Amino acid sequence: MMTRRETLLGAALTSLVLTAPAFAAAADDIGKLPRQKIDLVAPPFVHAHQQATKEGPKVIEFKMVIQEKEVVIDDDGTKFQAMTFNGSMPGPLMVVHQNDYVELTLVNPASNTMPHNIDFHASTGALGGGALTLINPGEQVVLRFKADRTGVFVYHCAPGGNMIPWHVVSGMNGAIMVLPREGLKDRDGKPLHYDRVYYIGEQDMYVPKDESGKYKTYGSPAESYTDTVEVMRKLIPTHEVFNGRVGALTGKNAMTAKVGETVLIVHSQANRDTRPHLIGGHGDYVWETGKFSNPPETNLETWFIRGGSAGAALYTFKQPGVYAYVNHNLIEAVELGATAHFKVDGTWNDDLMKQVSAPGPIPNAPSN
Amino acid sequence: MLLALKLKIAVAALAGFATPLAVAPLVIDRGGDRALDAQQAIVEIAPGAISYRLSGEFTRGGRQVEAPKGALRFDRPVAIMLHQVSAADYQLCVDDGACRAMTAGTAIRADRPAIEVSWHDASAYAEWLSAKTGVIYRLPTDAEWAYAAASRFKDDGLSTDSTDPSVRWIARYVRESEIDRAAAALRGFGGFGANERGLLDLAGNVWEWTSTCFVRTALGDDGRALNHTSNCGVRIAEGQHRAYVTDFIRDAKAGGCSAGLPPIHLGFRLVREPNTPMALLRKQFARAAS
Ligand SMILES: [Cu+2]
Repeated sequence: MMTRRETLLGAALTSLVLTAPAFAAAADDIGKLPRQKIDLVAPPFVHAHQQATKEGPKVIEFKMVIQEKEVVIDDDGTKFQAMTFNGSMPGPLMVVHQNDYVELTLVNPASNTMPHNIDFHASTGALGGGALTLINPGEQVVLRFKADRTGVFVYHCAPGGNMIPWHVVSGMNGAIMVLPREGLKDRDGKPLHYDRVYYIGEQDMYVPKDESGKYKTYGSPAESYTDTVEVMRKLIPTHEVFNGRVGALTGKNAMTAKVGETVLIVHSQANRDTRPHLIGGHGDYVWETGKFSNPPETNLETWFIRGGSAGAALYTFKQPGVYAYVNHNLIEAVELGATAHFKVDGTWNDDLMKQVSAPGPIPNAPSN
Repeated sequence: MLLALKLKIAVAALAGFATPLAVAPLVIDRGGDRALDAQQAIVEIAPGAISYRLSGEFTRGGRQVEAPKGALRFDRPVAIMLHQVSAADYQLCVDDGACRAMTAGTAIRADRPAIEVSWHDASAYAEWLSAKTGVIYRLPTDAEWAYAAASRFKDDGLSTDSTDPSVRWIARYVRESEIDRAAAALRGFGGFGANERGLLDLAGNVWEWTSTCFVRTALGDDGRALNHTSNCGVRIAEGQHRAYVTDFIRDAKAGGCSAGLPPIHLGFRLVREPNTPMALLRKQFARAAS
């Protein structure tokens, strides 16, 4: 079913194709650039990349296959009709350098049921590419855009009208990191490096319940639509999770680091505000709005990620142990699921913290 | 042997913390619903001994140490339920107005355990069943649970003398991470198999409440208990790992500051006391002391 808006977008697309010769010359120059193909990996991991590069701009080729599938989103086995970029919620983090060209092949296999597209907040024009990428099941499209500004940016599906928020909170969101060619820097221009990078995509979910209060299950995304929108419109999520399910980044899946290592944490939320906090640690350098041309703030306790944006925090672990990384709306962290763990190995530093006296009875107080 | 002796001392110390006993009027009621009592599938475990690591936290010289472990003898048989209390049985108590209703939408089935019950819910059920049958039913102590669970009981010792608090912390986290949290679907009784005593589903995906409080004990250099503090607002739930859970919690959830991993489900099974005058006396004492 095409909405009026989609029809208009379709018309815009046609006129764009007709005017294509106008930028054919530029396209030829791009054709001479070196090309690099990158295989994406599922979050929280990030494909191998250079933090700084002396090489000139390239065309970076990515491919994502859209997958509609049923997933389990909590330990109670709640089933969810997910729509995903490349099979994961969030979609994979793409990393390029400023002035590289991102060339994405987006595939919508015939086994899917719905049209999808992609809107890159990092790109310029055509609704972030959304107007040029709407594909039906059984189709694919190739979009190229110039990563002309640095930062971490959200991408998401935006197939028009009511479909937009529904596809986003069903899983179709992710992020791209456009690094400065010379790498990250602090406010004084001193280079900053990371030993590890993790990508955390936070997502609000709205799962309908039946009369008895049990989460309902559906055979397909379309069957879940009407009930789901009813829950969405109340704006109270039933789940608020990192990487697609409650506990996706805890236990065996906890993120790891070592004392002395510097970790870059990229955090996106495509739909709703969040406020990451590392319990027992800090944000040494934080690009709260996620854009590297602005100087990073330092020594933050909690940082704010506006709905529809991504941020980045750099932290060097100083103490071993298990850290909780949470949305510091603690109701959302504990009750709704927005909690991850870091397991950090190393040697304890008594100077930073010491239990001077272990818990015991209060001296000079009558004991029970 | 020395360790066993120390353990005995520590156990005695732990047993001794209860407030002074007040003797309540003793009423021996031999009435009750014998049919309901007969319906309870009970396994009687003969007297014997197990190797048991004490619950709670222990410090020595102001720092946390591994809990003492030793032989624990049971001179009397332990009669304990074959399986966890079923949702259908728990519902009888709810229908009687003595127990809090289960979470909306819970299937009232005779072959599935009652879950999402707090320690108070479990205790209320035990009270109700005792009153109804005229036979004393109660939650097992942690030691009794361990005795009944035998090889299903998980020793939670973490041998580390490190002064680095993160070593113990990470070791516990890694061990608790072994739990397959995705396997939360309830199974019918027997779905997690029987142990060598014939008891069903111990250390499956339902943790079982015990009557044991959270106790922190300071040990002297000789291993004797110097002092302790107890918190009976936190009770031990036994299962794939020994969990310390706030008594009014029905559904222990992951996340937040406590970066540990909680039980998947909370349920319970009960111990049946032999209906001797001594047992009834003990019961009266226990009630007066709590
Ligand atoms: Cu879509």
